[in-house]
Amino acid sequence: MIEKLPAKKMVITGDYAAAYGALLCDVDVVAAYPITPQTLIVEEFSTFVNDGITDAEFIMVESEHSAMSACIAAQAAGARTFTATSSQGLALMHEMLFVASALRLPVVMAVVNRTLAAPIGIWCEHNDSMPERDSGWIQMSCEDNQEVLDMIIMAYKIGENKDVLLPVMPCLDAFILSHTVEPVEAPSSDEVAEFLPKYEPQAILDPDKPMAIGTFTPPEYIQELRYQTHVAMEKAKDVIKKVTKEFASKFGRDYHGLIEEYRCDDADVVLMTIGTVTGTAREVVDELRQKGKKVGLIKLRFYRPFPAEEIRKIAENVEAFGVYDRAISYGSGGPLFIETRHALYGLDLPVLNFLAGLGGRDVVKGDVEKMYEILLKAKEEKPKEEIYWIGTRGVEI
Amino acid sequence: MEIVAKNHPLDKYLRTDRIPHIWCPGCGLGTVLNCFLHALEETDIDLKNLAIVSGIGCTGRVAGYINVDSYHTTHGRAIPFATGLKLANPKLKVVVFSGDGDLFAIGGNHFIHAARRNIDMTVICVNNYNYGMTGGQLGPTTPLDARTTTSPYGNIEHPFNLCHVAAASGAVYVARWTALHVRRLKESMKEALNKKGFSFIEVIASCPTTYGRRNKMPTGLETMKYYKEHSVIKHGIDPSKADIEIGKDIVVGKFVDIEKPTFDEAVHELIKKARK
Ligand SMILES: Cc1ncc(C[n+]2csc(CCOP(=O)(O)OP(=O)(O)O)c2C)c(N)n1
Ligand code: SF4
Ligand SMILES: [Mg+2]
Repeated sequence: MIEKLPAKKMVITGDYAAAYGALLCDVDVVAAYPITPQTLIVEEFSTFVNDGITDAEFIMVESEHSAMSACIAAQAAGARTFTATSSQGLALMHEMLFVASALRLPVVMAVVNRTLAAPIGIWCEHNDSMPERDSGWIQMSCEDNQEVLDMIIMAYKIGENKDVLLPVMPCLDAFILSHTVEPVEAPSSDEVAEFLPKYEPQAILDPDKPMAIGTFTPPEYIQELRYQTHVAMEKAKDVIKKVTKEFASKFGRDYHGLIEEYRCDDADVVLMTIGTVTGTAREVVDELRQKGKKVGLIKLRFYRPFPAEEIRKIAENVEAFGVYDRAISYGSGGPLFIETRHALYGLDLPVLNFLAGLGGRDVVKGDVEKMYEILLKAKEEKPKEEIYWIGTRGVEI
Repeated sequence: MEIVAKNHPLDKYLRTDRIPHIWCPGCGLGTVLNCFLHALEETDIDLKNLAIVSGIGCTGRVAGYINVDSYHTTHGRAIPFATGLKLANPKLKVVVFSGDGDLFAIGGNHFIHAARRNIDMTVICVNNYNYGMTGGQLGPTTPLDARTTTSPYGNIEHPFNLCHVAAASGAVYVARWTALHVRRLKESMKEALNKKGFSFIEVIASCPTTYGRRNKMPTGLETMKYYKEHSVIKHGIDPSKADIEIGKDIVVGKFVDIEKPTFDEAVHELIKKARK
């Protein structure tokens, strides 16, 4: 239960937006362990609990592994749960992430993307969440603090859908969003309650109707369970589109489903970005357009499920396609690049990968301009390389 | 006449390019590190054979400041790392320097097992009653009723008595001091460094920034005064009788100093027997 909260405009950090989003969703249980730059999320939430705005249970556990374990168990007992983490904390949860998805428990966790050690660092990189690709979690990235708040609300609606029933991980870039204030519009608690009905669990651990979950299972059954989870993830694509539409009509902000296109209609070359770099890229696109260059942009929102069809449709009409990554799969390229090439298999166009901003290095307009410059050149002559390390000492482009 | 010292006499132990350190004014960590460097100065430990291992936290920064082989591990994993180091190269003197949260919350399991196996290492835990680095959350040593960012109305969770945990788990040397007891702490560190087996020192230290200011000790000086008024030395006392409670005396001293074969010795003994 939460206090009635009016709609309001606030100037808040991304971390506050995540905490406030969870509050509006009237979560029942929050279990967490602090880690920079996620800490503010749980601190803000603990303040809501202490101020009596919510009667949610707030559990301070002794590690992230325990945080995810507690959320899984609470969700299995019928509660709507929330947690948040970053980097090392997410890595420590790895084991339990697979449990949440296989048990089809729609836990929601905000992940503040921070570089994964070694060496230790606290700034933005996507090498913490991207290795969790195969964990069965829906994974998406936010561009700004408004999207963080809106996405937490949508995450519950998507994850709790009967066709989906999967945990959801909205990601936000460390410091660029987590600790930076922006104006954010928050809906009222009544509006959110209309949009997001009470969580109705499939099956509840209940002493009066005993049931066992996650027990030892022989090979006769596991493969079918894997198949069902795969199908659920595929079905999530349509659910995401439906939920973003419904959200747009109710709250007036349209996130266009799995991807957002920007000036792609007549574009010769298109760059796909993720996270906060998108805002920078949008400006670069406008400037290049003014100079007569036909460039377009795709903002990738969901990494899982991956919008292969949507991306392919756009790529069919362009002459070069670029993928920006803030993480590297050593020896192969950025995770989004690998995924995109798979999606574009058979199309005859150069698909290039741009790596920038690893370890939290700033990605500035000049970096994005460089990406478009390489793409525009690739449309004229066959490029020498596929993977470009932008702004990297010792690497010539 | 103004006297300007170009170098600090202990500079040789520090990575001076890393100084100034990141610790807050009034933090007890500098004092604890200072005592440790003095202890090194007064023992004949070959620095080439000394390794410092830290976890993550304000205390964890120690590994980065001492100019010997050091490793800044991940949060909670200093002891398993140190165990591997010691077993692979038994000649090394291995010291773990870390915080209460690192060693007893996320890494608690490793502590009890290294002590149980009597791995030959020295563990120095700076107990500032909270997770300093992440902004002062409640941890496993936060005293009852203490206020932290996650217990604004007072802590209701029973804390660990670290010396009791160490002794019960099998440590052969267990002592507790505060950052006020600089000479005694230094002597204790020397003893622990020269002790064979799992030795443990708990150092109660100030954290004015995130713990002190919420608990009526907003400066390092006030905390030191508190230690002065409230510390009682009771060597040899059963550590289970030395719980830490707000407003009560802090019992300090050397609680355990016994002999027991180390893991390394036991392994070699076993190998000898098996080969016979
Ligand atoms: C797996 C993981 N979880 C969380 C963190 C964030 N973190 C860094 S230090 C710290 C607590 C440190 O407390 P303590 O060990 O008492 O050291 P102090 O800062 O008080 O010296 C936490 C939770 C992390 N680095 N890794
Ligand atoms: S936060 Fe506390 S423990 Fe950390 S440096 Fe500051 S005073 Fe010391
Ligand atoms: Mg501490």
